[in-house]
Amino acid sequence: MTAPPEEIAAAKEGLPFAAAPAAGPEAELMVPRVGRIAYRELAIGGAVLAAVILPLVTSSFVTFQLTQVMVYALAILGLNLLTGFNGQFSLGHSAFYGIGAYTAAILMHNYGVFYLWTLPAAGAVCFVVGFLFGLPALRLQNLYLALATFTLATVMPQILKFHGLEAWTGGVQGLVIDQPDPPAFLPVDTDQWLYYVTLAVLLLMFAAASNLIRSRSGRAIMAIRDHPIAAAAMGINLSLYKTLTFGVSALFTGVAGALGALAVAFVAPDSFTIFLSIALLVGLVIGGVGSIPGCLIGGLFVLYVPNIAESVSTGLAGAIYGVILLIVIFAMPAGTAGFARMVFARLARLRRS
Amino acid sequence: MNRLSRRTILAAAPSALVLASPFVARAKNYGPGVTDTEIKIGNTSPYSGPASSYGTIGKAQSAYYKMINEQGGVNGRKINFISYDDAYTPPKAVEMVRKLVEQDQVLFTAATLGTPTNSAIWQYMNQKKVPQLFVATGATKWDDPKGHPWTIGWQPNYQSEGRIYAAYILKEKPDGKIGVLYQNDDFGKDYVKGLKDGLGDKAKLVVLEASYETTDPTVDSQIVDMKAKGVDVFVNTAIPKFAAQAIRKTAEIGWKPLHVLASIGNSVAATLKPAGLDNAKDIVSDFYLKDPNDVQWKDDAGYKEWVAFMDKFYPEGDKSDAGNVYAPSNAATVVQVLKQCGDELTRENVIKQAASLKDFTVPMLLPGVKINTGATDFAPIKQVQMGKFDGTQWRLFGPLIAGAVT
Amino acid sequence: MELLLQQIMAGLANGAIYACMALAVVMIFQAIDHLNFAQGEMAMFSTFVAWQFMEWGQNYWVAFVAAVVVSFIAGVLIDRVLFRPIRNAPVLSQVVAFIALFSVFNSSAGQIWNYTIKSFPTPFGHKPLFGISLIDTHEAGMIGVTVLLLLLLYVFFRGTRLGLAMRAAAANPESARLCGIRVGWMTALGWGMAAAIGAVAGILIAPVVFLEPNMMLGVLLYGFAGAVMGGLTSPGGAVVGGFAVGVIENLAGTFIPYFGRELKLSIALIVIVVVLMIRPNGIFGRRIVSRV
Repeated sequence: MTAPPEEIAAAKEGLPFAAAPAAGPEAELMVPRVGRIAYRELAIGGAVLAAVILPLVTSSFVTFQLTQVMVYALAILGLNLLTGFNGQFSLGHSAFYGIGAYTAAILMHNYGVFYLWTLPAAGAVCFVVGFLFGLPALRLQNLYLALATFTLATVMPQILKFHGLEAWTGGVQGLVIDQPDPPAFLPVDTDQWLYYVTLAVLLLMFAAASNLIRSRSGRAIMAIRDHPIAAAAMGINLSLYKTLTFGVSALFTGVAGALGALAVAFVAPDSFTIFLSIALLVGLVIGGVGSIPGCLIGGLFVLYVPNIAESVSTGLAGAIYGVILLIVIFAMPAGTAGFARMVFARLARLRRS
Repeated sequence: MNRLSRRTILAAAPSALVLASPFVARAKNYGPGVTDTEIKIGNTSPYSGPASSYGTIGKAQSAYYKMINEQGGVNGRKINFISYDDAYTPPKAVEMVRKLVEQDQVLFTAATLGTPTNSAIWQYMNQKKVPQLFVATGATKWDDPKGHPWTIGWQPNYQSEGRIYAAYILKEKPDGKIGVLYQNDDFGKDYVKGLKDGLGDKAKLVVLEASYETTDPTVDSQIVDMKAKGVDVFVNTAIPKFAAQAIRKTAEIGWKPLHVLASIGNSVAATLKPAGLDNAKDIVSDFYLKDPNDVQWKDDAGYKEWVAFMDKFYPEGDKSDAGNVYAPSNAATVVQVLKQCGDELTRENVIKQAASLKDFTVPMLLPGVKINTGATDFAPIKQVQMGKFDGTQWRLFGPLIAGAVT
Repeated sequence: MELLLQQIMAGLANGAIYACMALAVVMIFQAIDHLNFAQGEMAMFSTFVAWQFMEWGQNYWVAFVAAVVVSFIAGVLIDRVLFRPIRNAPVLSQVVAFIALFSVFNSSAGQIWNYTIKSFPTPFGHKPLFGISLIDTHEAGMIGVTVLLLLLLYVFFRGTRLGLAMRAAAANPESARLCGIRVGWMTALGWGMAAAIGAVAGILIAPVVFLEPNMMLGVLLYGFAGAVMGGLTSPGGAVVGGFAVGVIENLAGTFIPYFGRELKLSIALIVIVVVLMIRPNGIFGRRIVSRV
């Protein structure tokens, strides 16, 4: 039995749920039957429950690490919206992450703003910057767009170090942030509190992204990625959608940056270089381009794999990291999500035969 | 006062004897990471990423502690040196230091490398009251016993070096036009600040501040610029690669300024040889460590000790890398602190002893340079000596100068 | 005026480096339709190989040829072993594979040869060209070799059957197969050539910037920028782009007040992006028309 065309197309792009098939045996996997427990909802509920309990049973340090994993996952989700779902290649997301982080830091350090308000502020600033960047980016494709976003990523640390802006940004020395205290009525420490704040924001934004992708706008966004000419022919306003997606993508990554700044309690230009962009891209691909749950895998990869590589050999840490990357790409060319999708498809076929 | 009963006096006697007698061993007092046989020390260094050239400093420290352990350890305890990679990024440094303190339970950290990385963990270490010893950066801010009592620097800081260059220039060429080449980050900007502060109201002598990024292929354009602006005093604070390019280009375009080179870039093997030893004639620099490739130390006892150490414990290390001189010297200071602690191995005592170093020296320090710290003095090494290159080796001249920035 | 001239010359000298790299970048792009992020690191590694041959007592030219041959073979091997199995994987996965290569080469070079800078000899010498101190003989030699390589490549691609076969394989693999072209080997050949050109670039660049594992980081960035600005479909455009980037950067650093010194890298890149706005396929690039 040959796979339906959507599956072939999806497999090529490495997407798990590119298009919901209207009928046929494949549909069984996607849509829960009436009367049967929805596996997907159950899995999500279980994961959330585990996430809530985890910091209460593990050390502060691991809680801190998991907070960073969530921050990276959110940043990768932002990149995913732009590159995975809309097909616009970006090497510049370290800049949005940095803008979000510095927005939060400057507001807290220089103006004493309450930390929770810095999150929407960071998101708003990044949305505007992303949207404005998306305008000229309309004219560029692929590698040319890659260079433009690369420019953005390279310019950001230079601007942050620029002596003329030192009064706000702290220049090369960076800014120290005072971590917020947890509210008095909750029996949690600072690390756990930041974890829960990050978790809440993560769930909120993952749900928002999910809804966006499943809506008409989401389908338009993906249509632009798959067949831009056909999409335009069907009346989708390419310019509007592409720039809006840029803005939304920047918003997500900017909020992640703000949360990251809170977790680390320090911002400096050296934290937001092109290497961060590359790390986010790697996380995106490993997790699965176009997969929202894959972003979490990507976040885990970005945080833990360099540590693993280093524990094998400090001198060759970079080489070991590269080898691990190659092995993962060989084993799972479509990322973890693509791999999972293939496994589920095989299982479904086994069940039917 | 009540009459003391005989029993009370007898009961108190042993304690009184203990307190009175200087020959009775003090009670052992251990902080985290210490047992009768082991002391855990933490460190982060850039073993990967764009700053990985400084990773050798971490490796050389490991080798040094291995040597100490083979010699029996410190007061019978072996040193367990745990070093993680931070890729020179602040978030990773925070994560690794938290791992060291919270998971590995180290007693303190030593020689954590880099200004942004140390800045990121500064607050955490002081909040958690963990000694952040002898940080491997020359930023001035580490000398802050009041604000950050748990953090202490080690090397002469960049601003005081800058001031020393200013003083030298004011003496040798008080009306010169100064051009300074600096790396566009914290250490570069610190040099410039020190230089300008040292010049005082003559700071306007600086006609050109030319920066470079580590991703720049060459600094030739900056040198051409300087010559065109009529600069005749060139303050070169670049790292070896760019310092060498600058020296070579200067010679190529036939420009002969008074060339003041910062200590970070004055290694004979790493900077001057690639640039061309002849091109480096008459360059002036400052020193606090011996340059292992300078022939003047050929028969020096400290140098020979260092070579033996490198040959046996770090044979793959590059003997022309100044980092491999820095590391064992820094580690030797740590060992001294531990020796001074004796059996009182708590975090409080570690930082107290680190702030109580009196005239301590290590083999590769320049003769006469002494390490001194105090309750209000968290700058262990303050002295440098000037030297002039004669085409073959550095000729030290003048007195030891103490940098004067606190 | 004299400063302007000097900075333009210095910019051209730097630009020669970027042009060299840009040529290698465009070469691989023409062969496999992807950008190899690891190009710079491979070039650096090749240069270290040449250096190692010289350390083992060989003279410059033997080391040069040996390094180029080794690089060619390595390029072919990397393609056949590493990239052939993932040929059908999504584009981004292949990009990650390039990133992995970058990491492996950079880290290995640091471990094998350490980070102390090494001077690298040049057959052209470092004397001022014709007595003018603005550009020296090595830099002139570098420009000359780059232009020569460009001509050779032009002749190869336009004038030989093999070159035509390679272009066909890159442009339309399916049709090329139907014509009897062994597409797999064409791609491998392209990789080999790109690696070899990278080796030449590295060997030319090292005498100027000094040999060390991180020497190509910035060069690749500028080379990439130059190639894109010139147009990824045009090797000549890439070379011109490389030179242009060098000049723009130097002029920005020298003449733009207040911002110029610290932000010259940013300014140069922004200028390139602006150029791309006007000509989205690069100055000399051709528009690729795709059928709907």
